[in-house]
Amino acid sequence: MVAGKQEQSRGSGFLDQLLQHVVNAVMLGSTYALLGIGLTMIFGIMGVVNFTHGELYAFGAYMMFLFAMVLKLNFFVALVFAVVLGVGLGALIELVLLRPLRGADIDTTMLVMIGAWIIMQNTEQLVWTGVAKSISTPFPEEPLVLGPVSISWLRIFVFVAAGLLIVGAQLLIHRTKLGKAMRATFQDRDTAALMGVSIGRIYTATFALGSGLAAAAGALLGPVFVAVPTMGDLAALKAFAIVILGGLGNFAGAALGGFILAFIEEMGASYISSGYRDAMGFLLIIVVLMIRPTGLFARAERIG
Amino acid sequence: MRRWLGWLWVAFLVSVPLWMTDLYYLHVLIITGIFIIASMSLNLLLGYTGQLNLGQVGFFGIGAYTSALISLGFELKLTDNFALAVDPHPAWLGFVFGVILSGFAGWVVGRISFKIRGAYFVIVTISFAEVMRLVALNWVSLTQGPMALNNIPPFTVDIPGVWEAELYGKVPNYYIVLAVGVVSYIVIRRLVRSRLGRAMIALKENEPLATSVGIDVTRYLVLAAVVSAAMAGAAGSLYAHYVRIIDPDVFLFIYTVTMVIMVITGGKGTLAGPIVGGLIFGVVPELLRDTTRPEVQWIIYGGLMIAIVFFLPNGIVPAVHQWWRSRVSRAGVAVPLSEAP
Amino acid sequence: MLPMETKLTPPETVLSLEHIAVRFGGLLAISDMTFSVREHEVVSLIGPNGAGKTTAFNVITGFVRPTEGRIVYRGRVLNGMKPHEVADLGLVRTFQKTSLFDRNTAFDNVLIGLHRRGKRKAWEILLALPRVAREEKMLSEEAERILDFVGLSRRAYELGGALPYGEQRLLEVAVALAARPEFLLLDEPVSGMNPTETRNFMKMLDKIREQGITILLVEHDMRMVMGVSDRVVVLNHGRIIAEGQPEEIQRNPEVIEAYLGQGATRAAD
Repeated sequence: MVAGKQEQSRGSGFLDQLLQHVVNAVMLGSTYALLGIGLTMIFGIMGVVNFTHGELYAFGAYMMFLFAMVLKLNFFVALVFAVVLGVGLGALIELVLLRPLRGADIDTTMLVMIGAWIIMQNTEQLVWTGVAKSISTPFPEEPLVLGPVSISWLRIFVFVAAGLLIVGAQLLIHRTKLGKAMRATFQDRDTAALMGVSIGRIYTATFALGSGLAAAAGALLGPVFVAVPTMGDLAALKAFAIVILGGLGNFAGAALGGFILAFIEEMGASYISSGYRDAMGFLLIIVVLMIRPTGLFARAERIG
Repeated sequence: MRRWLGWLWVAFLVSVPLWMTDLYYLHVLIITGIFIIASMSLNLLLGYTGQLNLGQVGFFGIGAYTSALISLGFELKLTDNFALAVDPHPAWLGFVFGVILSGFAGWVVGRISFKIRGAYFVIVTISFAEVMRLVALNWVSLTQGPMALNNIPPFTVDIPGVWEAELYGKVPNYYIVLAVGVVSYIVIRRLVRSRLGRAMIALKENEPLATSVGIDVTRYLVLAAVVSAAMAGAAGSLYAHYVRIIDPDVFLFIYTVTMVIMVITGGKGTLAGPIVGGLIFGVVPELLRDTTRPEVQWIIYGGLMIAIVFFLPNGIVPAVHQWWRSRVSRAGVAVPLSEAP
Repeated sequence: MLPMETKLTPPETVLSLEHIAVRFGGLLAISDMTFSVREHEVVSLIGPNGAGKTTAFNVITGFVRPTEGRIVYRGRVLNGMKPHEVADLGLVRTFQKTSLFDRNTAFDNVLIGLHRRGKRKAWEILLALPRVAREEKMLSEEAERILDFVGLSRRAYELGGALPYGEQRLLEVAVALAARPEFLLLDEPVSGMNPTETRNFMKMLDKIREQGITILLVEHDMRMVMGVSDRVVVLNHGRIIAEGQPEEIQRNPEVIEAYLGQGATRAAD
């Protein structure tokens, strides 16, 4: 993601600055959590190294641009469309590319995913050009000021929307039949199949859902930053960092991981070095995997 | 039969500058050659050892930067009072250091890969290359960051009285790349057809069985990683002294992807694969340069990659080999390791 | 003429398992296993399914770490060693589920098995020194010899994965033999073989034994167990319930119960 303008604190003291950073991190963390949850589901349940995840993120942002700016639809309607299309695109990718390869080894699926990633990003480049697209929002320009901390209305909305989606996803995983089937598949695919779960449908649903969450993250952050064709790359790598942090298939771990990454980035960028801001994610991955090859919260037995 | 065919091919390549008058195509061949060397190095990991290293460009970049910095000389401020100053040295020394340093990086990655497998390893290697890129980008005092290191000296020969020359320009660099390429090919071929190569392949095919007959997993993963990294570093060094300007973009993931495409379409786990793949993806972009936009080209390559995975999963070389065998000799006979193309 | 005094030295214990326990999470695979194998012996480890036999193999050869207990081979403690280190000491195993390099020829399978016997180093290989070629020739000849020994010469250039089942099992033994074991651990080597194949295998086992190799066998086929073993060790629920000569074991009531309890009347045929 392109580093955008972060809110500055009104207060001047260290504590005030700190508080501002915390607030910023929480906002960012909620969207990172969306990205991470989507990927951990795909990675965890299907075992696929999903290189298209970042592109779904970019897709979400560009769809927002298309609907809100080009077609001039209502902001919130555009948001819904963007997410729905994200889900659809995810399902399409799974059906066309992954389903025929079911049972192949990991390199093969990985290569196909890389191919898809190349196609998607370059299509975006072709259609939208490399010029950054900004997406305007219906929120007031003036940020909300709470003591020493200032938060823009847009970011409040992003946080709330992301939060709702996270809760929604959680409910889906735990309260619905589909979610139950997904969890069963994650735990033991063969047994789940024997119990009547249609693995094919679960895979499609998982990929579609995960992609939808990525698109949602993109659609929400698009207006905050700008939309460029390469925005997906960093997003994808951060998503992987989050998944590894939280443990494969671990929903709560991914959510938590999203916030942790956002905090590390925010604190690291402000207090250590802003140039290496994006490197934080990678360094995190490497360090975590060296210490605990299964991730920090390796309760990888269940999803959620 | 195969031996002299190989040398014939080399002889042909040696003759190219003599009749190819358009220096532009020579340039294309040089860049292609550099990528072929890098792809061969990736093939050792991807094709033979089964290590999904998607950070290969990291080794390439380390080789490039090391070689460039040694030949340019640099000053590194370690503390307020103490600075490490290195004078400019001949490019070939930079080459040696580039190979050593990237080989060392390979050693580190090899040791890590033993602990972390599969998809996690893929992500670690990608992260490694990205971190290197960000370091190159931000450590401006050493690498000039985005301003790039330029005026990198070309390779020179300095044997007083015998031969003193500055190997600048397309023709000399073509021969340097060809020489390194041939040596690299021979190294890989000898390694892969030996007991050590068999051990690597065994680890890829069936690790428990391999360890049960005494094959040390760590040792061979590390060996493969070191050789692979050193070779990629060599390619990087060649690139630095030919193009003579490098910036952090030399660490871009897209170059790893290019190498992966070359190896996979050519045929992973075969000796000729990276060469065939390299030629296709080195030359085709040039042919398409005037007619199609880069984005469209990349879309074609992405599509091609998917198509190969679906229809020719082992790549072009094995498919051709299979076809040839089914026409010439007994069908369905396996190709022994000692005869693998 | 005075009769020559011949001193008979009792056979030495080469492998001993001392109070081995193996716990996986909540599952106790082996609770307390103690037994030993003497040099040049053929010992069979038998017991109902799930008794812990393959786990015992995994523990001995370093694939699994025991929760308690020691494994000692010729005075060296094997605990904590990695599988390839155990193989370097001369203990080589086969696997219960057919395990081969499917995509390589039978010849190459054995060649890979000969890995330990090659001594040439990386730099010698890269410089293509003549001694490397000599070693390769030696290894190739050895591979042919081993394939011949197990009776697979005519299959040398077929893919391991393409061989019929019985021959795959033979190839597995060939690969294990290539690693020049002093001590061979065979995990259900004749499972799935027909009586003819089993008989041939037993003859081959005799020949292996003649080479001085000590053998520890996990097997269900009682015909084979009775036919080749010097001693039989019976495992049930992770502990040894009986040990002794094959005939004694056959009559042992506890053993019979352990098997009948599983509904297995295979011991009877």
